[in-house]
Amino acid sequence: MQRYSGFGLLKHSLTHHENWQRTWRNPTPKKQYDVVIIGGGGHGLATAYYLAKEHGITNVAVIEKGYLGGGNTARNTTIVRSNYLWDESAHLYEHAMKLWEGLSQDLNYNVMFSQRGVLNLGHTLQDMRDIERRVNANRLNGIDGEVLDPQQVKEIVPHMDCSDNLRYPIMGASWQPRGGVARHDAVAWGFARGADSFGVDLIQQTEVTDLIIEDGTITGVKTNKYGEIKAGRVGCVVAGNSSVLAKMAGFDLPLESHPLQALVSEPIKPILDTVVMSNHVHGYVSQSDKGDLVIGAGIDGYTGYGQRGSYPTIEHTVQAIVELFPIFSRVRMNRQWGGIVDTCPDACPIISKTPVENLFFNCGWGTGGFKATPGAGNVFAASLAKGEMHPLAEPFSMFRFHDGALIDEHGAAGVAH
Amino acid sequence: MFHIYCPHCAEYREEEEFHAAGQAHIARPLDPEACSDKEWGEYMFFRKNPRGIHHELWVHAAGCRKFFNMTRDTQTYEIKEVYKIGEKPSVVAE
Repeated sequence: MQRYSGFGLLKHSLTHHENWQRTWRNPTPKKQYDVVIIGGGGHGLATAYYLAKEHGITNVAVIEKGYLGGGNTARNTTIVRSNYLWDESAHLYEHAMKLWEGLSQDLNYNVMFSQRGVLNLGHTLQDMRDIERRVNANRLNGIDGEVLDPQQVKEIVPHMDCSDNLRYPIMGASWQPRGGVARHDAVAWGFARGADSFGVDLIQQTEVTDLIIEDGTITGVKTNKYGEIKAGRVGCVVAGNSSVLAKMAGFDLPLESHPLQALVSEPIKPILDTVVMSNHVHGYVSQSDKGDLVIGAGIDGYTGYGQRGSYPTIEHTVQAIVELFPIFSRVRMNRQWGGIVDTCPDACPIISKTPVENLFFNCGWGTGGFKATPGAGNVFAASLAKGEMHPLAEPFSMFRFHDGALIDEHGAAGVAH
Repeated sequence: MFHIYCPHCAEYREEEEFHAAGQAHIARPLDPEACSDKEWGEYMFFRKNPRGIHHELWVHAAGCRKFFNMTRDTQTYEIKEVYKIGEKPSVVAE
């Protein structure tokens, strides 16, 4: 792999940047792999990367029906935080956060991780009780967090209306300074480049049409372009389409797929240097380096695979944003899109073995999978490598919905779950 | 924006008056005490979540407040039919 550096940039400028190596190969798949990963989004590519890097398993293919990172990885609002309530999820998201902090160096690819802090606003007394409880729980788990009063919120975001004039006045907030945003496409590309450099085959524009299961054990996958591909183990990381893959394997999952949409405004001058989220009035906003306001809406109430959201949901979200930021009322929106999120009843993911031997699922991230990309990939890779779930992934078994050991993160999962 | 026909009100109304309540035709186990953890868990949490034809429960929340069923394509979002609780769908996935 050609390493990126300032010197490299200078060198290539002498030849008009015409001789850069391709970021990854575009190989024809082999007939057999040790591990096949279905889904070439952030989580799938991170899984492949850590399988190769930390477990020495390089005979790996990632099969993606579209292009790399073209699904939810490219459709989220890029927020990264780890302030979850329960120990199980706090440990998992904090594991991801620690990987985020060294990710650009590790990948030799600038993922533009910017720890600009994340505010979760409280608008009612109960919001504030929940925020205090969550921040205390975070601190006991070694995760940074503070409870702020409206005055302190105002100091961080001067343009936000922190007065009593709102329908739901801001009563305070939780503040995680280590939280922030990252460039989502770069995350997918960085992991893809890293995985490719270890010899992982990234197979794009190839859809898995069926799973080959013999005596309750998966032995490979069928694809629309390359026929059968044998696999020792299969990891399924397909977010909104998880139930479709599970149906091929012959079981149901406790998931519902919903459209979740986001929108960006026209680029404006720097005005917001942190991330503001509000569960109660239901909106979240940050400003990208390009200058556009990135606004996340809620999920549509119905299930859907259409990758587009409904207008009432946008209207609702924009109302909330304008209420919080009257100064944004005349900013024009530029683009809007939807992704399909697989929501779980307890707002926690599923990283799990399945009723089929050697078939593993990483799904159920719902509205908040992006922030966990490196961590989820890391623990899922360890699980695929050993055939046993990583200790951090253990509590997230799909069988928790049989024994009742749910991890209720509806509060910390936040907006729209 | 869906335009949904409420079989109780017998007219088309806008999506915002309605609330989707998930998969339809989930039968509550007749003897819950006799269920294994697995059976009860599957009844509570596990869903078909198909890509394609889906039978689902809706409620006319800001209207007559009655529940009804809908058959809808979850990919094209086309509403195939609406029918009352207790009735069987006429459009089914092959």
